[in-house]
Amino acid sequence: MTLKTDHYVINIGPQHPSTHGVFRLRLTLDGEVIIDVEPIFGYLHRGMEKLAESRNYTKNIPLTDRLDYLSSMINNQAYCMAVEDLMKIEVPERAQYIRVIMAELQRISAHLAGVGFFLNDIGAFMTPMLYMFREREKIVELFDMVCGQRLNYNYMRFGGVAMDLPEEFLPALKKLLNEMPGFINEYDQLITTNEIVLARCKGVGVLPRELAINAATAGPVLRGSGIEWDLRKKRPYSVYDRFQFDIPTGENGDTYDRYMVRLEEMRQSVRILKQAVEQLPDGEYIGKAPKLIRPPAGETYTAVEGAKGELGFYVVADGSENAYRWHVRAPSLINLTALREMVIGWKVADLMAIFGSIDIVMGEVDR
Amino acid sequence: MPPLKHFGEGLLRGLKITARHLGRKWITVQYPEQKLTMSRRVRGTDIIWDRESCISCRACERACPVGAIKMEVSRGEDKKLKTDDITVDLGLCIFCGLCIESCPTGVSIYIGYNYANTTYRCTHCATDKSGTSPSNGHCGELIRSNDELLPNDAVRPRSGYYRPERAGELPPQTLLVYQTTYGEDRRRKKESR
Repeated sequence: MTLKTDHYVINIGPQHPSTHGVFRLRLTLDGEVIIDVEPIFGYLHRGMEKLAESRNYTKNIPLTDRLDYLSSMINNQAYCMAVEDLMKIEVPERAQYIRVIMAELQRISAHLAGVGFFLNDIGAFMTPMLYMFREREKIVELFDMVCGQRLNYNYMRFGGVAMDLPEEFLPALKKLLNEMPGFINEYDQLITTNEIVLARCKGVGVLPRELAINAATAGPVLRGSGIEWDLRKKRPYSVYDRFQFDIPTGENGDTYDRYMVRLEEMRQSVRILKQAVEQLPDGEYIGKAPKLIRPPAGETYTAVEGAKGELGFYVVADGSENAYRWHVRAPSLINLTALREMVIGWKVADLMAIFGSIDIVMGEVDR
Repeated sequence: MPPLKHFGEGLLRGLKITARHLGRKWITVQYPEQKLTMSRRVRGTDIIWDRESCISCRACERACPVGAIKMEVSRGEDKKLKTDDITVDLGLCIFCGLCIESCPTGVSIYIGYNYANTTYRCTHCATDKSGTSPSNGHCGELIRSNDELLPNDAVRPRSGYYRPERAGELPPQTLLVYQTTYGEDRRRKKESR
């Protein structure tokens, strides 16, 4: 005798802690196995791109902080580079180095938060997350020292950065850079070979190479699938061509690889930072830029390697004080589009691990 | 599944690393009894406006991305601009500091050095209506008007945000990065032995 069974539709989120903010997943289940998933977002929608069209260029810098709020410095940098491209503003060398230092510190802190939350999602309650937040706190303090804020930095300006580094910044940074590899090794020992982590991550949520490319994913999600693509290396911007670093890649494209890529990227960022601190030149921290930015009519798409992938700003200028069109190529949103392919066939508990490994920030998804 | 021969290894390794933390310096701060000194450039929780030096040019109002600053300006009998009223909606303010950067006098508008406005009791209030410390231990009112939020006095500390010349006067920051050590403590202990 066969029993007639129906598929079961349930919602996960938005209140679930593992849905990383205001996000809901409508799952269709066959028993415990996911047969369909529909991500539903838009709860946080703030109309950022439309808002930016009604404000002048300088006022948009604080808006970019609020996109991916775990990597505000990189957002600042990408937007400032886009407007500098429109205005043909030269950025002094010292400012370029300061930007690189800030972006790499931000990458480490974003990965620390990302990996910490990911481990929290798969049930490693608190310990790894608190260890990682301890190190993130030190980086946040460095940002606090430089620009006076701990989350929404608003530090970069067209032509450079708002203020020069304070005198106590470099000693503190050097101390952190000496300690950081030890901490990363500690996470590695604590987590990487843990049986539970291995059982829950190895071979789970595989994103095949071709699909990763076709879904336009970027950052650790793409590199986890084995594709060596990093804008810092492949299309160098700022002064990244002066540093030695590697692009870590995964082999299987599973959840474990994406986690490992993030861990290794932190090591590479420390490597870049050490070189940047050594090479940091003296000079101006901001170039010549007009107070009121009014770019000539034109358009630009400027992309940087964000913590979560390619972060691009498409700005259309019509010669006025405001942008005519302002669009963000947000890596979180685009990486999220590959979620469906990753989770179908896996169980509900695996969904949390897979979703956590994409590392999204909803501020960037619902612009 | 991972091979069974490694079963339990991860747990032991985890316990070992956690046990190692017992010998390390504590990084937690017993707030509010203990406080870290904030950054000298901190963009705190209030905007301080200086009536004496303000030239009523409204640059701060124009620079504000969210329109939190509202100024009413008129010309006096001597044809000079003067500010009749200024309000800062701190609920709307995003503390981006663009108003401070835009100020042509450089000293008329500041971001406060303060980050915690909360007190246990109203008797602990730092300022009363006149902006000075309360003599009888009672501030009178808990809700302050806009005018009182923008005092022209030296009671509330001002941060050095965008004022590098002030940095020397302000206390240095106490940092977790200085407090915690990974290998340094151990090294120091070895040396002292």
